[in-house]
Amino acid sequence: MKILYFAWLREQIGHAEEDVIPPPHVTTVGALTEWLASSSPAHRKALTKRDSLKVAVDQTFARDDTSIAGAREIAYFPPFTGG
Amino acid sequence: MPLIRVSLEDFDVANELSRLQVNAGAVASFIGIVRGDSHGMALRSMTLEHYPAMTEHALAEIANRAMQRWNLTDCTIIHRIGRLKPGARIVLAAAAGAHRKAALEATTFLIDWLKTDAPFWKREELSSGESVWVARNAEDDEARARWAE
Repeated sequence: MKILYFAWLREQIGHAEEDVIPPPHVTTVGALTEWLASSSPAHRKALTKRDSLKVAVDQTFARDDTSIAGAREIAYFPPFTGG
Repeated sequence: MPLIRVSLEDFDVANELSRLQVNAGAVASFIGIVRGDSHGMALRSMTLEHYPAMTEHALAEIANRAMQRWNLTDCTIIHRIGRLKPGARIVLAAAAGAHRKAALEATTFLIDWLKTDAPFWKREELSSGESVWVARNAEDDEARARWAE
């Protein structure tokens, strides 16, 4: 599945997207976030700011308990600041 | 049919508002402009980033909600992206209906919801050379919450 990072998350992690194949036990957004955080110190630093972190599964807002079964694109980003 | 556009280009305010006049008795609008200062310093530029696969759908959902709630004849959301200088237009939210109350309220709703529900992020480049991501303003969340049905 494709993981996307936006705004300061992209800068801290160092790239805008990555293709990953999570292990079978990673079935929810919360578990995926934890798994991604373990992939590098930069991921860890960016993805542990959980209160300022939003997630969308296939462009729909998700929570930690949202299933990622069959998901194609998961995006991580800070709260929106447009307008 | 609401007009939704995300663009690097500027928009023509008169053209956009004229389009909304069709079958309407009132047109109201909000235009967001890049301010000349931030954090007590002059602002050099503002860069807007978005999540392309999600943006137009998110804006259309906000527009359709306003169309139904205020029985609008039409509405428009145009949001620019890329690097903008102070004084540049960032966003146009406009609503048209039979009477002023619907048009004015719906316009406020459009911009309040856009702030919290549309996937845009702003980065400011200050005159010091420093570059900072704009933090979410708690007042924006309160403004959105006012519209709870």
